[in-house]
Amino acid sequence: MTHAVREALAGFKRAPVLTGLSSAMVGLALFVVGLFGLVAHNLRVALTELEDRVEIIVYLRDGSLSTEVETATYQLSALPGVAEVRYVSKDSALETAKAELPEFEEVFTDLSVNPLPASLEIRLREGFRTETSLERVADVARAYPFVEDVTYGRAWVERLFTLRRVAAVTAGILGAAFAAVAALIIGTALRIAIFARREEIYVMRLVGATDGFIRRPFLLEGAIAGFLGGVLALVLTFVVFRMVYELLFEVSWIPLSWLMAGLAAGVVFGVLSSALSLRRHLKGV
Amino acid sequence: MIKLQNVTKEYPRHGAALKDVSFHIRKGDFAFITGHSGSGKSTTLRLIHLADRPSSGIVRVSGFSSERTPAREVWKVRRRVGMVFQDFRLLPGRTATENVAFALEVTGTPAHKIKARTQRLLSQVGLAAKAGSLIHELSGGEQQRVAIARALVNDPVVLLADEATGNLDDRATRGIMELFWEINALGMTVLMATHDLELHRIYPRARVLELAHGQLVYDSLAAPADPSPASASPSPHGTESVADAGRGP
Repeated sequence: MTHAVREALAGFKRAPVLTGLSSAMVGLALFVVGLFGLVAHNLRVALTELEDRVEIIVYLRDGSLSTEVETATYQLSALPGVAEVRYVSKDSALETAKAELPEFEEVFTDLSVNPLPASLEIRLREGFRTETSLERVADVARAYPFVEDVTYGRAWVERLFTLRRVAAVTAGILGAAFAAVAALIIGTALRIAIFARREEIYVMRLVGATDGFIRRPFLLEGAIAGFLGGVLALVLTFVVFRMVYELLFEVSWIPLSWLMAGLAAGVVFGVLSSALSLRRHLKGV
Repeated sequence: MIKLQNVTKEYPRHGAALKDVSFHIRKGDFAFITGHSGSGKSTTLRLIHLADRPSSGIVRVSGFSSERTPAREVWKVRRRVGMVFQDFRLLPGRTATENVAFALEVTGTPAHKIKARTQRLLSQVGLAAKAGSLIHELSGGEQQRVAIARALVNDPVVLLADEATGNLDDRATRGIMELFWEINALGMTVLMATHDLELHRIYPRARVLELAHGQLVYDSLAAPADPSPASASPSPHGTESVADAGRGP
């Protein structure tokens, strides 16, 4: 293994331009994937924020008994997927309306009777904010005799979920395409680097080096080139992120797990490309 | 040491390069394989080096056989059988020492032994004074000496030379041939492919195997005994002899 490390580092020293270019190509290929990741992540964040606002409002008839409402609250809370059921009294609803609609404050103040109904606001847990779950919980709430109406912005939720599906499919296809292009570029870059050293591989075979002994330094070089390319891609993506954040609008940075996956992909692509390229050179000597 | 038994090698696009060739070279022999371009000399050496496999027949070399040595174990053969080429196949940008040491490094020789063995081999081939020279600073003959040192550094028992003097002038050729004889005198089996008919006239003690169109057409060991030096020369037309197929190991 010591020889593999020494030879891998020597390979970088002997052909710094070629190995530098390989790493740069890997880096640029992964940079495109990184930019896509940045966009995909922020789209995901935006959709999740929209999803967080999905809730069911159960409007109660005036004069509903507090015991009945409490029982309903308890029963609705126990339904699968329900995160929280919050009772909003008529007074609270009016206060909220005054706060959110200050231009109508006078109208609300002059009212002799509060026209706003009490309600139950039902929030669902993540993963249950689907049309089916919403409909199921709404149907249960609608069945109580003291319930006036149940709304959850059905049309809006349908649009949101359609958008989410379209985004997921598009992201999947584009992500796979970008990853494939990156893999091809990385493969080509490392194939060129190995082709430049085919004589060395030939001589190693000639004098009796085992295939494993020949492979190890090249695989290590592939891993290092892939890792360095990954780091370069990370730096470039971060620069773009900061520029967008400072100059255009607020965006979120890619999660750590995605970054680790990106770096690991660089290393894996590097090793696989080197291994595939080596296979050809190890034959026929 | 080297035995070919009814070896045929066919290439999909080029047809048969060797046709039913059999011969046996004993330990310590010095043999030339001669013939014109395309006669099958290099194919024979490639088969002996297990760089290629016969289409039919068996190649045996130093205890290994072509049919029982899987590709992943060819490295074992390479350590027993050194090989040099017309174009030297040295690594450019490295010194003579580095080229020879490389063969030791990649076969896992401990670092403390590499320096001493490299120096010994370079001295043996007469290049001790140029050990630190880069390959492109050496003449053709000197480069071939480095290649020979590299081929010998892992202590093989057979040395294969494929047109090893083909790129050299007369003086360098003589020097390399003398080196081969010295190596052979130490007990190593040497098999040299060459189209230079002069070589085996100059070295009549060597055995001569002549190939024509992929067939063995002459073997000096099987030729009728004749005390005259001319008898050591192969048939110019490659028609008068048969292979020494039946000799035991």
